[in-house]
Amino acid sequence: MKFIKFTKKGIYCIPGKFYLDPWYPVDYAIISHGHADHSRWGNKHYLCHQNSKNILLHRLGKDISIETLNFNQIKTVNGVKVSFFPAGHIIGSVQIKLEYKGKVVVFSGDYKTNPDFITTPFEPVKCHEFITESTFGLPIYSWKTEAELQSQLQQWIVNNQKQNKTSVFFGYSLGKAQRIMSLVDGIDEVYVHSAINNLNQAISKSGIVLPKSKLITSDFNKKDIHNKIVILPPALLGSKLLKKIPNAATAICSGWMQIRGNRRWKGVDAGFAVSDHADWNGLLSAVKATEAEKVYVTHGSQAVFSKYLNEIGIESQEVVTEYGTEDNEDAKDQQLTTTS
Amino acid sequence: MKQFSQLINSLEITNKTNAKLDALVNFFETALDKDKLWLIALFTGKRPKRPVKTSLLKQWCIEETGLPEWLFLESYSTVGDLGETLSLLLPEPSNTIDKPLHIYMDELKQLSTKSDDEKKAYVLNAWRHLDTQQRFIFNKLIGGSFRIGVSKKTLVNALSKLTNIDANQLMHSIIGQWDINSISFEDLINGSHINYDNSKPYPFCLAYSLEKNLDELGSVSDWQVEYKWDGIRGQIVKRNNEIYIWSRGEELVTKQFPELVEIVSTIKEDFVLDGEILAVKDQSVLLFNDLQKRLNRKTISKKLLQDVPIGFFAYDILEINDEDLRAKSLQFRRNTLEQLFSDNQLSKPNFKLSEVIQFNKWEELDAIRNEARLHNSEGLMLKQKQSEYHVGRKKGDWWKWKVEPLTIDAVMIYAQKGSGRRSSKYTDYTFAVKTEDGLVTVAKAYSGLTNDEITEISRWVNKNAIEKFGPVRTVKPELVFEIAFEGIAFSKRHKSGVALRFPRIKRWRKDKPVSEIDTIETVKQLITNPLDV
Repeated sequence: MKFIKFTKKGIYCIPGKFYLDPWYPVDYAIISHGHADHSRWGNKHYLCHQNSKNILLHRLGKDISIETLNFNQIKTVNGVKVSFFPAGHIIGSVQIKLEYKGKVVVFSGDYKTNPDFITTPFEPVKCHEFITESTFGLPIYSWKTEAELQSQLQQWIVNNQKQNKTSVFFGYSLGKAQRIMSLVDGIDEVYVHSAINNLNQAISKSGIVLPKSKLITSDFNKKDIHNKIVILPPALLGSKLLKKIPNAATAICSGWMQIRGNRRWKGVDAGFAVSDHADWNGLLSAVKATEAEKVYVTHGSQAVFSKYLNEIGIESQEVVTEYGTEDNEDAKDQQLTTTS
Repeated sequence: MKQFSQLINSLEITNKTNAKLDALVNFFETALDKDKLWLIALFTGKRPKRPVKTSLLKQWCIEETGLPEWLFLESYSTVGDLGETLSLLLPEPSNTIDKPLHIYMDELKQLSTKSDDEKKAYVLNAWRHLDTQQRFIFNKLIGGSFRIGVSKKTLVNALSKLTNIDANQLMHSIIGQWDINSISFEDLINGSHINYDNSKPYPFCLAYSLEKNLDELGSVSDWQVEYKWDGIRGQIVKRNNEIYIWSRGEELVTKQFPELVEIVSTIKEDFVLDGEILAVKDQSVLLFNDLQKRLNRKTISKKLLQDVPIGFFAYDILEINDEDLRAKSLQFRRNTLEQLFSDNQLSKPNFKLSEVIQFNKWEELDAIRNEARLHNSEGLMLKQKQSEYHVGRKKGDWWKWKVEPLTIDAVMIYAQKGSGRRSSKYTDYTFAVKTEDGLVTVAKAYSGLTNDEITEISRWVNKNAIEKFGPVRTVKPELVFEIAFEGIAFSKRHKSGVALRFPRIKRWRKDKPVSEIDTIETVKQLITNPLDV
């Protein structure tokens, strides 16, 4: 029997009477990860992974009703067994597995199949129905390994330093910023914006050890920062703060940077295709590994990816949600800067 | 190739001219001589013919990747560039081979005469041994559409920075006749194959927009007023029986305008003329859109020569028989110019003096300016009769006084992704106005918005589009824009019955609901009564 329903408020579990990452306020929300389009305001009760808890408290306020679940634990809600599996997207991100009367549905949230230095690696889960994202659901998206990205970023920084330039990275405060910190760790001092610093503190409260970084304050000393590494949220592209950074070379880290047009559009000095989402082959391998009978495709290239899955014999259907947009990494950040 | 690929990468990524110059200088300092020559050749249109059809490249890529064609096309419409799409879709190379640019160019030249099977074997082998970025460059070298986001002028400035040779001389050198196999880089940039004394242009004198009241300019009799034309400002240089045409951007464009060369060659004097290159047919000036059809072509067909004939309206004379006239007064130069034209009986519809507008009072000028649109002119130029020919832009002596654009409010009905830098966003829009029973398209426009506005609109299009596949999206008629344009005429070719000249987006009218946009009737009224606006 069918126990998942796609409603105007979000993905609803009928027997469980709860929602997954709802976009309108509900009584009981199970949250895949801390990004603003997946964990929204106003829900009466939140259930998330323990590593997401402090992120949610930081973003949504200390007074929300929240409980946590670890990997390898099962919580039964109205007869539905709920468990979490790593999604490899950002710190604390999970896939949500629901089991009811022998039927298994897995909601991927956002996920990335390539392992990195900082998140718990993605783990495929066998299920009857799989709800997958499709942010980068076109075969033009293919990511480099973490080691290759690390050497790309390092080379760029070293090159900048030879020319007396400060290396400034732009990346979403939650997820991308910590990923960049892990990629450039050990090269030189890293300065981060307060929006990132706040999240770093929230993440650290859960006992996670992040690479070292310092806070860049509005009255920073130019000498301290010159030739070093700075990480800022994308909203600060073209900001006064950026202009104050001596001899800045700028780079955006985002999957969209795979395409030349996007790199040039942003008017930065470099673009690195560092994404927290699965690439085309990642999406395909994840879908196949679930052995699901039916695949629901959400936000991103849902029309394309769903059509392709049907062509290769995997029954699939696209689903309209309020997650992400085609610019989702930017859009999320703008939401965050207004909410934090 | 690695080095060339890195150069292209750094040229593309930055908007800063200085960074582009540095990247070019660095390449010229370190690359092989032959590779430097090829770089210059590629920038100046001296590239070999396309050896492989793009349809074959597409087909081979589909075979190599096993992707369905629709998915290939979907990828292409997201990337916006075929060479780049191919380079991203093909699998990672197992090992890479680095050969210099000139080797690839020689191989590609030889490929033209090979069979399709041989071509395929060569291309697949190259694809399998190049990384994504180099594969992209390789595809562009095959495709022949090699646009690098750097003008000839920037290239020339880099060479000038490297060698301290005058930039205009270098421009002449690289554009002139030379063969890649029989010249050294040294000889090319030293200009051993040209005579620069014959081609040397002068810096253009430029005007600011009028920023005071006309009566503050003083006496009417001190001013020479002409129409301002919307063509290509150019200098025609004729010395020692050689003829050169320079554009405002200091590029040599002689070959693009054979009809001007033909007329100028009948004149006995040597001279340097400043004027406007325009499309002129049956005694009238055509729109800039028409002129554009003639620009940057390798060959100009007979039909194009007939459809869009070129003319030249002379504004000024800077040199006559080796004498530099720039320090003389405009009045003196104008007399010299008129003398030259009458001595050579040069008053032809497509080669004539820029008309001096006769008027007695400043008050008359406003009406004359508003009528300029009827002649496809974009306004008036006001020049102090005692002024010398300045270098560059200087305030006070020359003013431009443009007509105000016409505007309508229209609603967006289609959005299309741009190309190149704009390929990730919906940047090209189609606009409609109301009819009795619906909407009718009146204009396409793709300029006038900020990047932030384009990003916002792209997001809106993604949410509100009807189609899911392909590059064009039909959207709900909801977003209203003020469209500015330079002129309007009845047109049988357009469904709306009107054609707008140079439409662009003036602003996004977030304050206006779609119910308040213009109707086709109010738009048509602008034709009969263009001066009211």
